[in-house]
Amino acid sequence: MRELFPMKQVNGFIFSLLLTIIALSVYFMDMSFELGMTILLVTAFVQAAVQLVLFMHAGESEDKSSIYTTVFYGVVIALATVFGSLLAMIWGYL
Amino acid sequence: MEFFERFAVPHPSPLIYASMVAIGLTVIAIMAGITYFKKWGYLWREWLTTVDHKKIGIMYIISALLMLFRGGADAVMMRLQTAVPENSFLDAQHYNEVFTTHGIVMIIFMAMAFIIGLMNFAVPLQIGARDVAFPRLNAISFWLYFAGAMLFNISFVIGGSPDAGWTNYYPLASNDFSTSVGVNYYNWALQISGIGTLMTGINFIVTILKMRAPGMKLMKMPMFTWSALITNIIIVFAFPVLTIALLMGTFDRQFATHFFTTGDGGMDMMWANLFWVWGHPEVYILILPAFGIYSEVISTFSRRNLYGYKSMVASMVIISLLSFFVWVHHFFTMGQDALTNSIFSVTTMAIAIPTGIKIFNWLLTMWKGKIEFTVPMLYSVAFIPLFTIGGVTGVMLGMASADYQYHNTMFLVAHFHNVIIPGVVFAMLAGLTYWWPKMFGFKLNERIGKWGFWNLTIGFCLAFFPMYITGLDGQARRMYTYSEATGFGPLNMLSFLGAGIMAIGFIFIVYNVYYSFRYAPRNVGDDPWNARSLEWATHNPVPEYNFAITPQVNSSQAFWDSKKHGHQLFNKDDLKEIHMPNNSGLPIIMAGLFFVFGFSFVFYIWPGVILSGIGILACMAYRSFEKDDGYHISIKEIKETEDKFGGAK
Repeated sequence: MRELFPMKQVNGFIFSLLLTIIALSVYFMDMSFELGMTILLVTAFVQAAVQLVLFMHAGESEDKSSIYTTVFYGVVIALATVFGSLLAMIWGYL
Repeated sequence: MEFFERFAVPHPSPLIYASMVAIGLTVIAIMAGITYFKKWGYLWREWLTTVDHKKIGIMYIISALLMLFRGGADAVMMRLQTAVPENSFLDAQHYNEVFTTHGIVMIIFMAMAFIIGLMNFAVPLQIGARDVAFPRLNAISFWLYFAGAMLFNISFVIGGSPDAGWTNYYPLASNDFSTSVGVNYYNWALQISGIGTLMTGINFIVTILKMRAPGMKLMKMPMFTWSALITNIIIVFAFPVLTIALLMGTFDRQFATHFFTTGDGGMDMMWANLFWVWGHPEVYILILPAFGIYSEVISTFSRRNLYGYKSMVASMVIISLLSFFVWVHHFFTMGQDALTNSIFSVTTMAIAIPTGIKIFNWLLTMWKGKIEFTVPMLYSVAFIPLFTIGGVTGVMLGMASADYQYHNTMFLVAHFHNVIIPGVVFAMLAGLTYWWPKMFGFKLNERIGKWGFWNLTIGFCLAFFPMYITGLDGQARRMYTYSEATGFGPLNMLSFLGAGIMAIGFIFIVYNVYYSFRYAPRNVGDDPWNARSLEWATHNPVPEYNFAITPQVNSSQAFWDSKKHGHQLFNKDDLKEIHMPNNSGLPIIMAGLFFVFGFSFVFYIWPGVILSGIGILACMAYRSFEKDDGYHISIKEIKETEDKFGGAK
């Protein structure tokens, strides 16, 4: 029975609900813009990772290393593009 | 009549009217010729509807050669205009249009098509596959590229060419400063062919990851296949940026949004930023397959295995990653602070390291090799020193503080032609000559090929080395003329002579195709170059199913092992029925609709946009419900075909 019960997924589901509640607190509680944005960004990325790993089964197939490599590569390039653009377009003029 | 006035060319000249007549006559002649020889059915069945990767590859290459002619004609016109001071062959507006179309045609419609054509032809053969992973998608990719290319090429006779440079910077490209429909053409032609390129990228990643012959681990792939894999990964990550930037530009021009405007919260330099976020990886999309071809050619004609296989792969992976971290070096002078420039300066110069590793690997492959100077090898040997000069001047330009000196001068023009021509164009010609027997079953004539090579190389040196000097002396790029007092005259005349010699080289290459079709011996066998990788293990020309028996692979040069070390590639008991994809007319019909869609959008003809848009969606819906299981080639048919080619292998 223990093997059949999807403990990981249930825990993941509870965890993702928790993340949603934390994100919602930004709306209901009175906090500074910076703190709110930080909470939203962090919970959003953790949420995305939970979804990818637990509910889209990223780590369960044979080619999991290539999936993680691709995700990693994509994240690196996305971050470089976004922060590089910020650097070139806004921060570079401070 | 008012409806038709919008199609008039805003700035006509006798040259443009002459081209209109020439285009009209050529189209009529081609149509009449096909009708006279009753080739419409053949053309439709064998080429226009094909999903065979080999035929699609050949169609890409033919289109690329046509575009090379178009872009080359533009180049000669530019060199002619600047050959002497105060020349009046082209006026400022025409010169702008010519250098803009030259850039786009050469990069997007010539070089991209050429590398994708060679990848299409060679990659499935090198990994022992029957076709690419999604053959129909492959056909759509080609026809979308073709629709985009044709849309771009009619611009100069209908409505006016784009004239804001191939980089198309805003605010110059906005409605305020580019009033003709030229930039609309730019947006839509690139958009349509860009979708095709993105599909190719996905298609080839899946093909290479999923369809390799048994035993071919990733680290046992031929080097060209490795370069194709990495190139396609870069395509998939870089092209969406271009798609979105073009869309934003289209919205700015056609729906009055303010992404790239100078006022109302827009940011004009954001276009330059996004363009180069795509544009710099694009440079490596062009050069990496070229590196792959040189690796194949140099190892084949040095009769040695490739030196430093692992470091070759590693350096390509590093280049692909670094290529996303350097784009700001295209606008060092935009005004950002020294720290930002320094960061991108360092990443830029870092790319020289993996590239240097590759150069040394090629040199060490040739070291003590038994070098045979065939035409492909000549291109590869000339590539090494010429490309190194281009690379070194690139490092010079990469130094942000020094770049203030070279920025926007002919020095830059000399640099990027110095990497693109010996890098990409030479590689494409080498690859074409190398794989030609695989495509058509005979070799190109070596003697005429060498004439072509020497003309191109000498012409190249004459055309571009003087630009380094005039650039350092202060000649700005994209200037349609200059005064005699500047003293740029003699060196520019030299450049023009070089361009003329390159044109002669091109004529030799085209004549070689004609000559070899008529006179070259057809009995060259299946392995005319004594090559090493898997594509040479099948027949010349390749039968439609590529390999009668799926090959067994044990190293990166399985075919060489089978010749020299008794490795058994084909197990005769493995002969099975072959499952092949059906031809389809849908891709060319869809591309036709895309052409109408783009054309209507350029001229704001909304009924055309809506109707062709519905047509495109209808094609997709039809495809969703279509049942197409392909067809099977029976063992008996395979045996008959193999016997015709001289016995099963």
